[in-house]
Amino acid sequence: MTEKFPKKLLVIITEAALEKPLTDLARSAGAHGHTVHDVRGAGQYGEREGSWEADRSIELKIVCSEAVANQIASEAMARYAANFGLTMFFADVEVLRPNKY
Amino acid sequence: MVDIVVWFFILGVIAKIGKSDLRLPEALYESLSIYLLLAIGLKGGTELSRQPVAALLPQVGALVAFGFAVPLVLYPLFRALRFDQANSASLGAHYGSVSVVTFAVVSSQLARLALPVESHAALWVAVMEAPGLIAGTLVARWALGANPGPGPRTQLRWTQLAHDLLFGKSVLLLAGGLLIGAFAGDAGVGPIKAVFVTPFKGVLAIFLLELGLVAGARLLTLRGDAVKLILIGVLLPPVLGTCGVLLGQALQLTVGGMAVVGTLAASASYIAAPVAMRQAVPEADPAISITAALGVTFPFNLLVGIPFYIWLAQQVHSP
Repeated sequence: MTEKFPKKLLVIITEAALEKPLTDLARSAGAHGHTVHDVRGAGQYGEREGSWEADRSIELKIVCSEAVANQIASEAMARYAANFGLTMFFADVEVLRPNKY
Repeated sequence: MVDIVVWFFILGVIAKIGKSDLRLPEALYESLSIYLLLAIGLKGGTELSRQPVAALLPQVGALVAFGFAVPLVLYPLFRALRFDQANSASLGAHYGSVSVVTFAVVSSQLARLALPVESHAALWVAVMEAPGLIAGTLVARWALGANPGPGPRTQLRWTQLAHDLLFGKSVLLLAGGLLIGAFAGDAGVGPIKAVFVTPFKGVLAIFLLELGLVAGARLLTLRGDAVKLILIGVLLPPVLGTCGVLLGQALQLTVGGMAVVGTLAASASYIAAPVAMRQAVPEADPAISITAALGVTFPFNLLVGIPFYIWLAQQVHSP
C-alpha cells in the first residue's frame, strides 16, 4: 500500500493584483510552491467577471505544513483583508512526497 | 455624425443592460488590447522617425506637467464632494492619466473629417499615462500620512510602483511600438502594415464592443454615489477637455492636434490606472473610480465629448 503523508491545503481567492505579493509572502513563509488559476465569481465586493484588467480574480492553492499555512493566512489577513476581496480556507490533504511541500 | 466604431460600443452597452449572454473571451480582450497598443505605438513611431526629437520636448514637458497637475487640482474638489482621502486621490489619478482607446476613437474621427493632426500624437499618449498616476499616489500618501484612517497602514513600495508603471502593459507596448516604429521607419514597418495598419479600425470596433459590455456592467452596479459619479463623469471632461484644447493652442498645434490634446485631457484611464491604484492606494474603493472613468466618462467622451473637443479646436484655432 502506498504511504501517504498529511499536509494542509491553503486556498486563497482574491484579486489578481495580489498574485505577486501573495506568492512572495508564501515563499518567504516557507512554502515550496503554489498553483494559480484565473477565476470569476461574486462576493461582498460585487460580481467579478474577469473580463478585463481591473476585474480579474485568482485562486491561489498552496500545499504546505500546517504552521506555514497558518503563517501565510494570518499575514495575508493582516495586510490585505481590510482593502481587498479575500477568501481563504484550509483543507486536510494527503501527499505522497512530503519533502516536496 | 458618430463614428462607426462608437456604434459597436453602444451595441455592447445594450447587450449588457439587456442581460444578453454575449461574453467575449478574456483572451480575446487581452489580444485586442495588445494589438491596439502596439499598432498605435508603431504608427506614431514611424512618423516620429521623420522629425527631430528635440523639437518635441516642449510639447512633451507641457503634457507631462498637465497630467501631473490634474490630480492635485481635482483632489480638493473631490474632497468637497465628500469622497474620502484615498478615493479623492484615486479618482484624480484616473482623470490625470489618459485613455488610449479614446485616443484611438478621436484619431479615427479626425481622419474621417480629414482634419490635420500631428503624426506623432501617439507619443503624447505614451507620456501622459504615468504622470497623473504618480501625482495621485503622492496626494494619497500625503493625505493618508497626515490623517491616517482606520485599518492597517499600507506600506507603498515605490520601486514596485515605478516598475508597474514603466513595465505595465500599456506604457511598455505603446513606448515599445513607438521605438520600434521610430527605428524601423517606413521601410521597416512596410512589411507588417497589412497586420498593424489596415485592419486597425475593425479591431478597434470589436474592442469597443467588449468595452461596451464592461461599461454596461459598471452602469448596472451604480450605487449610493451614483449621482455624484454621473455628475463628475459628465461635467469634468468638458472642463478638462477645454483646458487641453487651450493648451494645444498655446503649443501651436494643428486643429487635429488641439482636439487630440483636449480629448486626452478629458479622458480618464481605465486600463493602467485601476491596476496601478490598486497597488499604490489600496484603501480606495476601485468601484468608484472605475465607474466614473469607464461607466460614465468614456461613453460621454465617445458620444458628446469628442465631437465637442473637435468643434472647440476648430473655433479657437487661428490659421
